[in-house]
Amino acid sequence: MTAQTVEATPAAQSKSLTPIAWKFPIVYTILGLVSLIFFGIIGREGETTFRIATSGDFFAIPEIVVPAQAAGLVLSIILVAMAAVSIYLAVNRRSIGSWFPMLFGIVFVVSFLAWAGGGSGGVIPLTTLLAGALALSVPLIFGAMCGLVGERSGIINIAIEGQLLAGAFLAAVVASVVKNPYAGLLAAPIAGALVAVVLTFFAVKYWVNQIIIGVVLNVLVVGLTSFLYSTVLTENPELWNARQKLPNLPIPLLSDIPILGRVLFDQNILVYIMYVVVIALQIFVFRSKWGLRMRAVGEHPKAADTVGIKVNFTRVRNTLMAGAIAGLGGAFFTVGSGLAFGKEMSAGQGYIALAAMILGKWNPKGALLAALLFGFSKSLGNTLQSIGTPVANELLLMLPYIVTVFAVAGFVGRVRPPAAEGVPYVK
Amino acid sequence: MTTDISPAAPSPAPPPTAEAEPGKEQNLLQEILSGSWLVSVLAIIVALLLGGILIAVSNAEVVEAAKNLFAAPGSFFSTLFTTIGEAYSALFRGAVFDWDARTAERSIRPLTESMVNGTPLILAGLGIALAFRSGLFNIGGQGQVILGATIAGFLGYALPLPPVVHMLVAALGGIIGGAVWAGIAGVLKARTGANEVIVTIMLNSIAGYLLGYLLKQSWFTHTASANPQSRTVDDSAQMFLLLPAPFRLHFGFIIAILATIFVWWLLERSTVGFEFKAVGANPHAARTAGISVSKVTILVMVVAGALAGLGGAAQVLGTEYKLTGGISGSIGFDAITVALLGRSKPLGTFLAGLLFGAFKAGGYLMQSQTGTPIDIVLVVQSVIVLLIAAPPLVRSIFRLPTPVLKRKEA
Amino acid sequence: MTKVFGSFVANDHIDLTVEPGEIHALLGENGAGKSTMMNVLYGLYDADGGEILIDDEPVKFSGPGDAVAAGIGMVHQHFMLVPVFTVAESVALGYEPTKNLGLIDLAEARKKVTEISSRFNFNIDPDALIEDLPVGAQQRVEIIKALSRDAKILILDEPTAVLTPQETDELISIMRQLKEQGTSIVFITHKLREVRAIADSITVIRRGRIVGEASPDSTEAELASQMVGRAVSLTTEKDDADPGDATFQVRNLTVVDKAENIVVDDVSFDVRRGEILAIAGVQGNGQTELAETIIGLTEPRLGTISLDGKNLVGESVKDRLGAGIGFVPEDRSTDGIIAEFAIRENMILDVYDRAPYAKGLNLKSSVITEEAKKKVEEFDIRLGSVVDPIATLSGGNQQKVVLSRELGRQLRLFIASQPTRGLDVGSIEFVHKRVIAERDSGTPCIIVSTELDEVYGLADRIAVMYSGRIVGIVGADTSREALGLMMAGVPAEEALAATASEAPAAATDAAEPTTTSANHAAGANENSATTSAEETK
Repeated sequence: MTAQTVEATPAAQSKSLTPIAWKFPIVYTILGLVSLIFFGIIGREGETTFRIATSGDFFAIPEIVVPAQAAGLVLSIILVAMAAVSIYLAVNRRSIGSWFPMLFGIVFVVSFLAWAGGGSGGVIPLTTLLAGALALSVPLIFGAMCGLVGERSGIINIAIEGQLLAGAFLAAVVASVVKNPYAGLLAAPIAGALVAVVLTFFAVKYWVNQIIIGVVLNVLVVGLTSFLYSTVLTENPELWNARQKLPNLPIPLLSDIPILGRVLFDQNILVYIMYVVVIALQIFVFRSKWGLRMRAVGEHPKAADTVGIKVNFTRVRNTLMAGAIAGLGGAFFTVGSGLAFGKEMSAGQGYIALAAMILGKWNPKGALLAALLFGFSKSLGNTLQSIGTPVANELLLMLPYIVTVFAVAGFVGRVRPPAAEGVPYVK
Repeated sequence: MTTDISPAAPSPAPPPTAEAEPGKEQNLLQEILSGSWLVSVLAIIVALLLGGILIAVSNAEVVEAAKNLFAAPGSFFSTLFTTIGEAYSALFRGAVFDWDARTAERSIRPLTESMVNGTPLILAGLGIALAFRSGLFNIGGQGQVILGATIAGFLGYALPLPPVVHMLVAALGGIIGGAVWAGIAGVLKARTGANEVIVTIMLNSIAGYLLGYLLKQSWFTHTASANPQSRTVDDSAQMFLLLPAPFRLHFGFIIAILATIFVWWLLERSTVGFEFKAVGANPHAARTAGISVSKVTILVMVVAGALAGLGGAAQVLGTEYKLTGGISGSIGFDAITVALLGRSKPLGTFLAGLLFGAFKAGGYLMQSQTGTPIDIVLVVQSVIVLLIAAPPLVRSIFRLPTPVLKRKEA
Repeated sequence: MTKVFGSFVANDHIDLTVEPGEIHALLGENGAGKSTMMNVLYGLYDADGGEILIDDEPVKFSGPGDAVAAGIGMVHQHFMLVPVFTVAESVALGYEPTKNLGLIDLAEARKKVTEISSRFNFNIDPDALIEDLPVGAQQRVEIIKALSRDAKILILDEPTAVLTPQETDELISIMRQLKEQGTSIVFITHKLREVRAIADSITVIRRGRIVGEASPDSTEAELASQMVGRAVSLTTEKDDADPGDATFQVRNLTVVDKAENIVVDDVSFDVRRGEILAIAGVQGNGQTELAETIIGLTEPRLGTISLDGKNLVGESVKDRLGAGIGFVPEDRSTDGIIAEFAIRENMILDVYDRAPYAKGLNLKSSVITEEAKKKVEEFDIRLGSVVDPIATLSGGNQQKVVLSRELGRQLRLFIASQPTRGLDVGSIEFVHKRVIAERDSGTPCIIVSTELDEVYGLADRIAVMYSGRIVGIVGADTSREALGLMMAGVPAEEALAATASEAPAAATDAAEPTTTSANHAAGANENSATTSAEETK
């Protein structure tokens, strides 16, 4: 085959023309130096306490107390060393695994925490911090999975926000009327799917631009739920909007593991459903018949059509399913957290879920990590505010959004959305 | 990102085809029936009807009457119509002309209130529309309005300047604030291909937190108050009133009119607008024709952001007079629906901004007089935009003829 | 086995019968309705009348799935492969072998690919990503896809459009093999040579109607006149070139794509005033990138491009247009026009900010309309009004709009990529005449074309590109065989030597492909001798 022999030569020649990837080493160096100067050299007096155990733990783990400045200094030196390694590897045009940025991030955060906790003799409640992170991530993860299934099928879903809100609303109302939180759990997916029905109706039947429908649907859901909240729900809150909470169902043994066991396995059923959804999607998107067809429809609908796959049917079905997933995520705001419904209680989480999906490169695993990152930084903001640190809460809360901007600007490598997303399929 | 922005992508008034030539009158009728403006009017009617149903089912009296529907159908219908009628008449009285008002001034005040509420919507809507026409989804109106308001407001109380000059400087600050904020998205899109939808959405949130942070800093707010709000802007920086009190109509409305004319000239009569539209309709062909797509992308976002920023400035200098966390309300998001309803055309956006301003003004009166929550306005607005985006749906609801499109030759 | 059709928008009462185990060519011009018809046959479109019979049984297809079940396989002109899928996934799609829970049995899918691939010596790795495969290999994946579903009838839609002559020869031998194993093949093309090389029977179709059956023994000229409906001149009349100075020079040009593959490799050539240099080659060998680099859409990694003594590298597209380059892009609808824009606006797409169309930032609407009307006259563009969207025009008229724009000003260099792709014969003639007129006015011209007929019709000299390099620049009198070899990467001297000896077996470097071309070498040679002069009545 003449063509194949030709393939090889240009690649070999162009190797030396490849520019050195300086982006990450520069970021590492800057962060390392920031840590060294502020957390280490300038530093703060006093000690920082990391509290791991919560009352009632099976194992009693003592608190870890470290001198703030010394800890900052040691950790900063590690960071600077890691930055040096990344520079060395970059110059030699060698890539590093994804564990590197994660490890770097963790060390940086611990260094930051040691600094933040110092001075005031602050106690960093690690378990609370992580549990908060997970709780704040749950709707994001559901939302990101919803967006992922939709976009992989070729439908851009900006309406995740609306689906979360609709799910939260219906879950609260149904749970309150039936007086059973599990009833709310069943109702929430229906609400999310209903929003998806409108989305696909306009997107597939009338080829309306999907971003526009998404944006408008969000407004519609806010309007509807707020209107009903102000009229019906507030008129008789005992009947329509009484708090219902899904009980925690600790998993034996697993929930006894220190720190993580407590965080991960002493949760309500909604969180367990979330684990199942993420794992199932990770497997089924890439290895099942359903996933193969979904990806085909999202990448090259005509090709799918020529092998007898019904493109629009597949898109609609998957988007409805995705809507149901987002609806479940919405339930976490109300029955999942034991709260009554409040106006606009999704507060833009749907948009962050969208960002998590993109940051995760349309992969369930990646989206999960991105959503956890967002949840963690929010939890960190809350924790630091409660212990009183020199950093303004707003600036921390901004962080996930800034990270996302950098991410879509290409800092996390090439991000390639499904080729046919947002394009109506017309024969 | 696809570049098909016009939500409905209907071809404009279809030229009569050769074979249809004889029946000219019928053709004219057909054109009126299939014209896009008719779809807009019908969409508004359908949305108001749906809103009416929603008002009815959430009203306890109507529900009560419905229980006796078969026993006393008359009373049910009279309750139904009274409820909806009262809500909508309050909406109208709050938005256009209040015949219940005590003074003549009071009765025409609602119309000017609609203009006041419409001013920032028109300005921000023009920014969104301009970007739409240029193939960019500027979802970041909210952030741009916030930045515009923040800088305009700050300059409005921080600088000691003579009247008018002070206002112009503050407004210019608002323009720059919005332009820079949108420009970030423009530069990232042009340089790295970062999707402007995501970036602008993120910038909205960042702007919100930024304002929240600033309002806690006393060097910024110029007050000792613990509340997260700023000092009142100086009289010299306020947009002067066009009519004496109790009217609140201010100079910002004139700015909105001028901006509408400017955007019309830009899009329809200037070489820059030619570039904008070319990039919006087909970036590949534009690039091949020597138009720098990245330069245009940045410029479009800067101009769009400037307009939205001006909207924020008008809000703080003309209406609110001080910065609060909620200064922008939902102007930035409403502006998207305004631009869509106006089909991304300058005049259309102006009228749509007025309409939504009227909904807002009337909504307040409706809420206070009939207890119908103002949130119903959001429902009506979004239904209007959804319907307008799908003209075939509206046509099929009303069984209107489909427009005769010129058949493309193969 | 019979298939009958009737009354379809693009197909007007077409009857077609394909016998088992035959290769049936469907010959017609672009836009004659061949592809539409096959899409109906494959269940992608609904027929508005008529019926399809397989083994005398009427069948009804509601979608491609039914067609596949009935034993029809199709290889589309544009491959129906998902770029990010592996070969095994692509073949499995729609007919996935599954294990529990709907999980795909990948081992089974791989086995199927390897099995068919080895049966026909396709040499395809089931785990390769589609986007990493060369087009020839992608086409073989498409064939595997069809065969894996036990296709009895295989429809090949313009299968050779993207192949080198040698790959085409390989495809022809694959088709013969399939035929021997009893598969019927419907072979859609507008290339006369291939039809004569392989078809058992030929149906010619024009404007949606069948205009006749032909035998493979017909001459090319006979087939051509049947196809277009009148006797055609296969060449455009032109005088010999009168070249002047080499005002346009390209030196050591190297262009790298996003994935860091070299797409234009150390290319150097001159174009003189008053001559046409045709750049021939199979699609995807760097011609597109070369043209785009000259106009400035892509920046080269190395090398210089100079026009009238000035180096253009680093200049913007706008500056290059200002320096007097006229550019007709390869993909008209994507790069050449803006469909939603009015015709008059498309006529000023790259001169909108210059006098007389603009003054300062203001566009002069009345001038734009006046100038547009003049051009409509001059270029004989058929339209309703210059303010109609250009999308209302036919392809030929759209291309005339592009030409009127690019030729409507004083040029120092004219570049056209595939200037007649997708056009009807009348428009092709018109375009060729205008290009030659531009040459005669002294402008250096570069024509990039994958159609050898066009190359021969226009060129004063021919540069052949292969894999990013110029294999050689030869005269316009070079034989088709020599060009064909060069298009497959054989250096010019060897190609000329190999074809001059008139003994194809001696062309050792060209390896196996020449053996098949030997079969029809005699006929082909005769053609190449005649094409340049042939005119049929």
